[in-house]
Amino acid sequence: MNMMMKKLSSKLSILLFLLLPTFALASGGGVHLDSAPIDLSDKESLKNGAKIFMNYCLSCHSARFMRYKRMADDLGMEESEVLENLVFTGAKIHDTMEIAMPADQATQWFGTAPPDLSVISRARGVDWLYTYLRGFYVDESRPMGVNNIVFKDVGMPHVLEGLQGKQYLKEEKVNMAYGGEKTMESLVVDGSGSMTPAEYDKAVTDLVNFLAYVGEPIKAYRLTLGWYVLGFLLILLIPAYRLKKEYWKDVH
Amino acid sequence: MGLRETEATGVVGWFDQRFPLLKVWNEHLAQYYAPKNFNFWYFFGSLAMMVLVIQILTGIFLTMNYKPDAELAFASVEYIMRDVEWGWLIRYMHSTGASAFFVVIYLHMFRGLMYGSYRKPRELIWVFGMVLYLALMAEAFMGYLLPWGQMSYWGAQVIISLFGAVPYVGEEIALWIRGDFVIADATLNRFFAFHVIAVPLVLVMLVFLHIVALHAVGSNNPEGIEIKEGPKGNRWSATAPADGIPFHPYYSVKDIVGVVVFLMIFSVIMFFMPEMGGWFLEKDNFVPADPLKTPEHIVPLWYFTAFYAILRAVPDKFLGVVAMFGAIIMLFILPWLDRSAVKSIKYKGMISKIALGLFVVTFVALSWLGTQPATPTATMFARIFSVLYFAFFLLMPFYSKMDKTKPVPERLPEH
Repeated sequence: MNMMMKKLSSKLSILLFLLLPTFALASGGGVHLDSAPIDLSDKESLKNGAKIFMNYCLSCHSARFMRYKRMADDLGMEESEVLENLVFTGAKIHDTMEIAMPADQATQWFGTAPPDLSVISRARGVDWLYTYLRGFYVDESRPMGVNNIVFKDVGMPHVLEGLQGKQYLKEEKVNMAYGGEKTMESLVVDGSGSMTPAEYDKAVTDLVNFLAYVGEPIKAYRLTLGWYVLGFLLILLIPAYRLKKEYWKDVH
Repeated sequence: MGLRETEATGVVGWFDQRFPLLKVWNEHLAQYYAPKNFNFWYFFGSLAMMVLVIQILTGIFLTMNYKPDAELAFASVEYIMRDVEWGWLIRYMHSTGASAFFVVIYLHMFRGLMYGSYRKPRELIWVFGMVLYLALMAEAFMGYLLPWGQMSYWGAQVIISLFGAVPYVGEEIALWIRGDFVIADATLNRFFAFHVIAVPLVLVMLVFLHIVALHAVGSNNPEGIEIKEGPKGNRWSATAPADGIPFHPYYSVKDIVGVVVFLMIFSVIMFFMPEMGGWFLEKDNFVPADPLKTPEHIVPLWYFTAFYAILRAVPDKFLGVVAMFGAIIMLFILPWLDRSAVKSIKYKGMISKIALGLFVVTFVALSWLGTQPATPTATMFARIFSVLYFAFFLLMPFYSKMDKTKPVPERLPEH
């Protein structure tokens, strides 16, 4: 019975711990999201993402918790390089990424003020952003002429259309092997953009990578530090365990 | 000259002449005789105390940069995450610590359930512990409002609106708690005050009472055998229980091992997955609170969801609130529900074992259901499990009494 109880209690404890992460599977759902192939250690990708961000996003969206200086340091850029090539708002190097557009006017133009993007990667998730930025399609019924597959009736225009070209949501009738037909929907690009679909995906990957970095600039360091802390604790465990053994050898 | 008698000399002696230093040290550590058969489940008391210290220390440092102001709160948290030296680590320790606290406390409570640690003469220890648990829930609930994200805001909105279900005075009470007609700056300010000073003071005082009561009657153990009622005399003292060993150094060195292993698990979460897939830090809480935009799916944090599921299982709102508080009251009166001849599950019969196993399944299932949208199927299961939850407690006086028990030896089997 003793053994059985021990087994039972250890099983229960394992169960309780294991249940925590599996809860996570319960959330989400809805649209299928493409997995964003980002890499926070890829500095070139982050720099390219920063360039796209400054050129296309930062006129309407702010990143008011992110400082230019921090970005320059983390991405290995010279301050002068950042100020000359990436700052279009007249900001100083220690400033955060603010915009000039007043929120009330933005609300008039777009129906809602464009959200701040500092922690958007943590609020939406990188896969959502990756799918969203590749999910605009032409919809003449919308004020901006576009709609989005993950964000229905979004107020934002397709600012990257010059890169991607116009994208259409095409319905296709597919004959099923077991008889009958089904309507499938797919996104098709018209080729009017300056980038090929593969180049565009790469550009969006870099942009999402940069947004992921902006969401938590310390993340790369945190992941590295974690291994050192675990290493320290593992070494500490040896004397702690031996001390316990030494004291307890005469009990029983 | 009015000085206390002491054997100690030097600095310790000077203090001991003026303060019962050795008496306290001996009564609670060096000559506190604990049963020598503590197992895995006995780590969680000391771990809970350590997490409390982590929360208080990190909380102090967070307070230095946090701004309890509806306009500034969200930004100040991001300021801590980015611009304060090591602020990110302090914040993650605090957010991971909050969930870790509940993991540890739930395991600690489960230990008490298994081995009958709430039975006479330890009823008061259990009741102090339950008040601690209630205070901890209040602490976590109010702390969760402070980051002022969408889930902070709407979670608080939903929970406080529950008070509105009380007949006649409900709306007045909810208004009084919020200090405004909706969750607002006034609410944030008072929650901050409660979170950083009022409730922590209560927690520390209750921990003190919990431990004083424990050390007065002595610890239970996995066998549920009262070592104080057994033979006397061990290597250290002729009058101490034969099956007891001094807490210090035996359990202090053992607890250090537990602390290190715990810190490793804690570090894995804190450094590699601080959001824990959205369960420790929710996605919606990275969106600043917006009173005009309700999130699709409002869920309390995971450690409240069992009670939230019970609340939603009852069709009537007020009765749901009653059931939710009733679920917690059940735990309070547990010492008087168990009428088994023995304390530990090891000597109880099959009915008690099945009941306890079923209760664990029930609690986990309710916790999960509380996170799900209330679909008809989910509600049906929530009702079944709510009935099982109450049945575990309310039928206990009967099944614990009629269940067959095994004879309990006079001394620990390991002696």
